[in-house]
Amino acid sequence: MSDILVDINKMHFERGERVIYDDISLQVRKGGITAVMGPSGIGKTTLLKLIGGQLTPESGEVLFQDENIHQMSRKRLYDVRRKMSMLFQSGALFTNISVFDNVAFPLREHTGLSEEVIKTIVLLKLEAVGLRGAAQLMPSELSGGMARRAALARAIALDPELIMYDEPFAGQDPISMGVLVKLIKELNSALGLTSIVVTHDVTEVLTIADYAYIMADKRIIGAGTPDEIRSSSSELVQQFLRGNADGPVPFHFPAPSLETSFMGANK
Amino acid sequence: MNWLINLGASTLGKLSGLGNASLMLWGGLVAFPRLKNIPLIIQQIYVVGVQSLLIILVSGLFIGMVMALQGYTILVSYGAEGSLGPMVALTLLRELGPVVTGLLFAGRAGSALTAEIGLMKATEQLSSLEMMAVDPLRRIIAPRFWAGVISMPMLALIFSAVGILGGHLVGVDWLGVDSGSYWSIMQATVDWDKDVVNGVIKSFVFALVVVWVALYKGYSAIPTSEGISKATTETVVFSSLAILGLDFVLTALMFGIN
Amino acid sequence: MTSKKTELMVGIFVALALAATLMLALQVANKGMSGSGEVYQVSAKFDNIGGLKARSSIKVGGVVVGRVTRIYLDNQELIPVVDMEISADYARTFPETSSVSILTAGLLGEQYVGLTPGFVFPGEDPIYLGDKEGETQFIVDTKSAIVLEDLIGQFLFGKDSD
Repeated sequence: MSDILVDINKMHFERGERVIYDDISLQVRKGGITAVMGPSGIGKTTLLKLIGGQLTPESGEVLFQDENIHQMSRKRLYDVRRKMSMLFQSGALFTNISVFDNVAFPLREHTGLSEEVIKTIVLLKLEAVGLRGAAQLMPSELSGGMARRAALARAIALDPELIMYDEPFAGQDPISMGVLVKLIKELNSALGLTSIVVTHDVTEVLTIADYAYIMADKRIIGAGTPDEIRSSSSELVQQFLRGNADGPVPFHFPAPSLETSFMGANK
Repeated sequence: MNWLINLGASTLGKLSGLGNASLMLWGGLVAFPRLKNIPLIIQQIYVVGVQSLLIILVSGLFIGMVMALQGYTILVSYGAEGSLGPMVALTLLRELGPVVTGLLFAGRAGSALTAEIGLMKATEQLSSLEMMAVDPLRRIIAPRFWAGVISMPMLALIFSAVGILGGHLVGVDWLGVDSGSYWSIMQATVDWDKDVVNGVIKSFVFALVVVWVALYKGYSAIPTSEGISKATTETVVFSSLAILGLDFVLTALMFGIN
Repeated sequence: MTSKKTELMVGIFVALALAATLMLALQVANKGMSGSGEVYQVSAKFDNIGGLKARSSIKVGGVVVGRVTRIYLDNQELIPVVDMEISADYARTFPETSSVSILTAGLLGEQYVGLTPGFVFPGEDPIYLGDKEGETQFIVDTKSAIVLEDLIGQFLFGKDSD
């Protein structure tokens, strides 16, 4: 088996009339942390849903362990999904059950383990994210950062091979952000996971990523190790890294020129 | 030309919506025979059934009482107040029981289901279930579907029974209709198969429609606060209209001929 | 995950629904007597059935003993035929000389079939309604419903002939 876990090949995806991805190719190496960066609103979450098989591309293929996700039978897809897991931006904890039950949920659903074993596993997973003390709280009683950590505990409950983080740092205070960065890094090496981190927080993610892709305008505009990215000569990449307001990625949403808009309105 | 295109597009949109809703219903139906799901169904019967019980009991009682009061004032002028029993019983069993229960159920449980599913979608809980290799149709939709379909005929029966007791309360205990004639003429008129069973069949059909609409509207809601509020409103409006329309069709089929 | 309290409440709910069903069955529809028991068939021809309907009751001195099952027009004789079911509790009770008439409960009430048991000649072996198994038996002695117009006509005619 190759050391590429997820291989996206010339994938084309559109939603309605709007093209989201135009022929992108992307590889995720086993055991590493791959960062996918890009401005908000270009459908980075969509990329994860494509990998998870929740969406189907127009053309091109997405391989997971050399198997095409979108040509599997439904049953096979559900089997494969047990090997992957996803941390949603909101955490997506089930709001009607406690943190403990949330983490226990995938175990109860997919394994025939006894309640005692499940309890041990759940507490271990919660310990790993530092929330063992919060096991009996309801999700609504957690802060945003804690909810995300609880969701992370749930995501690793079944010991997946691939874990996808959707904007893990968005809207976090610096301390929570630091905690999450540390967690992602540690979990990846301790559990031998493969991670995909989708984010627009460039500085944080470049400290832990092994390889990074930068996306903009439906394409991948830069790829490489963090050092390569930082020293890239591409204007686009540099604009993104420094956060300039205007540049190759325009400040304005595409629109007809001001003159035509106003003249048109006056007519 | 343009309106033709619009007409075509909206027809296609409606059809694909209906197709999606049918697929979802199919997913819900297929997922029934699973032992693992039974605790989930019980949990949902609690939510949609038990929690609707109070409103059903209260409205059943009052509707029965009002019918006895209204019916008495009309019937007594013909000296036919003995027919109060069958009037109350037949109206409740054939029409008001299933229909009012359906409308209340749509407002109480249907809207709650839509909002719940819509919010689960908005907070990515459904997506995360899918990524945990748990089919949301089986785990979330199916138990709610079956719980609704099981609960509503039971609620309708309770509604009718309480209504008849309410009618007794006003008609017999208050207005002085003879208790014996209240029950005996009722017994002579009400037929088990024709009246009670048909009423249950009606409420079963209404339950299917209400729960189907509610779940589909939630499942296909646009995951924003505006989208969910719109979906909730649509659930109540659509299922109420469907209940009233279907009630006519069912009544025509059950009681129209002969 | 289902808590004990939830299960208890659902149990109460189901019990309540069962109680409602039981009440509707016994107290309201009175299924215990009429629906489940065995019955036997008899028929009668009337000149006029008035407002009699299927499911109208058959009474003997006010006691309900059966129900009308079907009303149709005899193709040859062009008179209404009423099919009736009588509870098997009253098998071998009414002699075949019994008569039926269509009566009205009160001035504006429902119409029903009144059955008047016939007499039995002492010493003879009587034939009862429902004796011939498998075939419907016709009651010969029938009295039609009273139609108001006929009644007025009779009254006027009676005055004239006076």
